[in-house]
Amino acid sequence: MLKQLFKYREMLLVVIIAVLLAAFSARSPGFAKPANLANIFNDTSILIILALGQMTVILTKSIDLSVAANVAFTGMAVGMLNAAYPGMPLALIILIALGIGAVLGAINGLFVWKLGIPSIVVTLGTLTIYRGMAFVLSGGAWVNAHQMTETFLQTPRQLFLGLPILGWTAIVIVAIMYLVMSRTFLGRAIYASGGNPTAAVYAGIDVGRTRFFAFVISGMLAGLCAYLWVSRYAVAYVDIAAGFELDTVAACVIGGISTLGGIGSVAGAVLGALFLGVIKNALPVIDISPFAQMAISGSVIIAAVIFNARQERRRGRIILRDRGASEQIEVAA
Amino acid sequence: MNQIALSEPLLDTPLLEMRGISKSFPGVKALNVVNIALYAGKVTALIGENGAGKSTLVKILTGIYQSDEGEIHVDGKPVAFNNAQDAIDFGVTAIHQETVLFDELSVAENIFLGHSPKTRLGFVNWKAVNARALALLHSLESNIDPRTRLKNLSIAQRHLVAIARALSVDARIVIMDEPTAALSRKEVDDLFQIVKRLKAQGKAILFISHKFDEVYEIADNFAVFRDGKAVGSGVIAGTGQDDIVRLMVGRSIEHAFPKVDIPLGETVLAIENYTHPTEFRDITFALRKGEIFGIYGLVGAGRSEICQSLFGVTRPSGGKLKLNGKEILIRSPGEAIKAGIVYVPEERGRHGAVLQLPIYQNISLPSLTRTSRSGFLRAAEEFALARKYAERFDLRAAAFSVPVGTLSGGNQQKVVIGKWLATQPKILILDEPTKGIDIGSKAAVHAFISELAAEGLSIIMVSSELPEILGMSDRVLVMREGLSAGIYERNHLSAETLVRAATGNA
Ligand SMILES: Nc1ncnc2c1ncn2[C@@H]1O[C@H](COP(=O)(O)OP(=O)(O)OP(=O)(O)O)[C@@H](O)[C@H]1O
Ligand SMILES: [Mg+2]
Repeated sequence: MLKQLFKYREMLLVVIIAVLLAAFSARSPGFAKPANLANIFNDTSILIILALGQMTVILTKSIDLSVAANVAFTGMAVGMLNAAYPGMPLALIILIALGIGAVLGAINGLFVWKLGIPSIVVTLGTLTIYRGMAFVLSGGAWVNAHQMTETFLQTPRQLFLGLPILGWTAIVIVAIMYLVMSRTFLGRAIYASGGNPTAAVYAGIDVGRTRFFAFVISGMLAGLCAYLWVSRYAVAYVDIAAGFELDTVAACVIGGISTLGGIGSVAGAVLGALFLGVIKNALPVIDISPFAQMAISGSVIIAAVIFNARQERRRGRIILRDRGASEQIEVAA
Repeated sequence: MNQIALSEPLLDTPLLEMRGISKSFPGVKALNVVNIALYAGKVTALIGENGAGKSTLVKILTGIYQSDEGEIHVDGKPVAFNNAQDAIDFGVTAIHQETVLFDELSVAENIFLGHSPKTRLGFVNWKAVNARALALLHSLESNIDPRTRLKNLSIAQRHLVAIARALSVDARIVIMDEPTAALSRKEVDDLFQIVKRLKAQGKAILFISHKFDEVYEIADNFAVFRDGKAVGSGVIAGTGQDDIVRLMVGRSIEHAFPKVDIPLGETVLAIENYTHPTEFRDITFALRKGEIFGIYGLVGAGRSEICQSLFGVTRPSGGKLKLNGKEILIRSPGEAIKAGIVYVPEERGRHGAVLQLPIYQNISLPSLTRTSRSGFLRAAEEFALARKYAERFDLRAAAFSVPVGTLSGGNQQKVVIGKWLATQPKILILDEPTKGIDIGSKAAVHAFISELAAEGLSIIMVSSELPEILGMSDRVLVMREGLSAGIYERNHLSAETLVRAATGNA
């Protein structure tokens, strides 16, 4: 029974989250009330969406450290756009956000695909560049709540069946990503490219192009989150979401997405994000200082990494070959 | 009635004995109360079908897996192998079926990783490392430079490095899990010289192979596994091959090479003066409809390299390729698959399978355009495809949804073959198609190849196994050091001609 649970790490996470909720509501009655749960979910929506983008990239044996910087730049751009053209329809603004995010993601993807530069190097660079661009664009100025329109600020807050549109957006994205990953050619190509790049090439899959599209997806979701973030916190400035890329990676790692690529699921990434969301919302409730909160979150992440590493070792230390070694193959470009 | 003694029981005290060993994985009982004994100065052959549990036993003996129950005795005393180091300390060394080596390290570093000779101050003594690596490789009749990076070596050379690594520790028990699968006759002979030397030094050797000629040549004793049980053991001398096969599969096996003669059609694929900057030069041949075209040569003669360039993995620097009379250029495996050319690679772990993905997703991977509708994949169709091709080869797995990485070596190979046949190609390139496959399934693979040829497929088959080349091919191209050493018609084929052409000994 326990073995079965451990076999499906998603189940394990569900159990852990349930236990946490029970424990917290014992300390603070009302914590597990539906309204508060909806609130926690809503609060975690942005992390969930970004974690799904990060998952897509990590599955292909890469990493996107520029997601938060992407949020900052795109957020600044849409904030300024809304301030300058209050008449512009929200749908158009969201489309533009998706577009800008996708372009920033595509830039990462192109460097990785066409020049073969490791993704960690590329996105470490663009992390600084995109934030720098946000500064250049705004001149360091803020876009404040009073400069933004009512529709821009209020739409994600509208309640529908007790959950704000923000939360519903996350649910829709989860559904779409589930479809993409499990039912489309691209999804399968993403798993294969990360699992064994060489075998993927032999099966006729263009591994570089697959990675490129993973970055585009990650960028596009970051663009969407940029709007959600700015409207939620009702402010746009250069440093928004600073360091948030690490939260997305943490959510993936906790959710069992292998940093070696090829292993992981949408459910895992979502649960990893929810886990962090629950911790973040619960600790203040039981009076733990923000600094202790950071230490606790950090410990949880390390525990998850250790757990993952052990799982992986058990799974395939010997049967699997040295997967890292087969990263590049001599296809004439 | 687990043990059927086919001949005299063995009387000496074994150097190593495993008693009542069991090991389960989710859904499979890989080993079910097995006993086996290894004797000093004797080679024991371990025989059994794909998935019988041979490699699992090896991993328990080397401390990689721990058995669920049972005992290991060395020199009559019980010992515990809790990890790989314990096994090494008790003098067990192994060449694993799937070798784990490091691409970015040098050959010498790979050989001595973890037990390199040290200087007096405790630093790695590089001079000694390189010198001893060179000596070891020389004893294997190989002239690989110990300083080259591993990634520059061919499959066979890597394999020799793995063998050298196993021999670099001073062990009393040497285990070889299909050590000859990637080797040609000459390298096998060299390996056997070494095995004989080890025997003379009083080491106990466990030798796993699907090739009976090798078993009869080198082994003293045998043990047969079937479905995780030890079903028989004894002395090789005086035991017939038929008896062993019957123990192994529970029935006898029909003829292994069911080549049917079929009239050959028009030329489908022709290459002229095909040349690669570093691997092969001036290769010319034409492949006809329904033909099985064998390519023979020593390991490292450039056979796989030709196949890879036909499949678009590498690009030739000169020469022409004509498909159905039209000159075309193949720039990527994707284009080759579209043109109806597929390649079943030799190295299944690296090129063949995505080990984390389930069986059915591996089989459907190159055929996804056929199994999907309006852009969406359809799992039911993928399963149907998997069922069709996996069952052809008697694939042994708990379910089609288990990751390929959990299958035995031979069963992984069957998945890879099935995956390529599922693309319904016109030209099928098979690189060592039956490597690591047990004799029963081998006959099934051969029968299927013949059947495909009869349906009008054209087949290029690279093989290091002479009986397979002789038995299956219409014509054979022999390669030597990247050059063609002649094309031989079926009625002029003989083992002597091929070997002479391949080695260049007139
Ligand atoms: N890590 C694992 N997880 C799950 N099942 C496993 C694992 N390793 C082996 N098995 C299963 O155990 C059984 C025995 O496998 P093993 O590799 O020992 O076979 P083998 O005799 O070496 O076969 P082959 O001739 O194909 O190499 C198979 O059914 C295989 O699927
Ligand atoms: Mg095996």
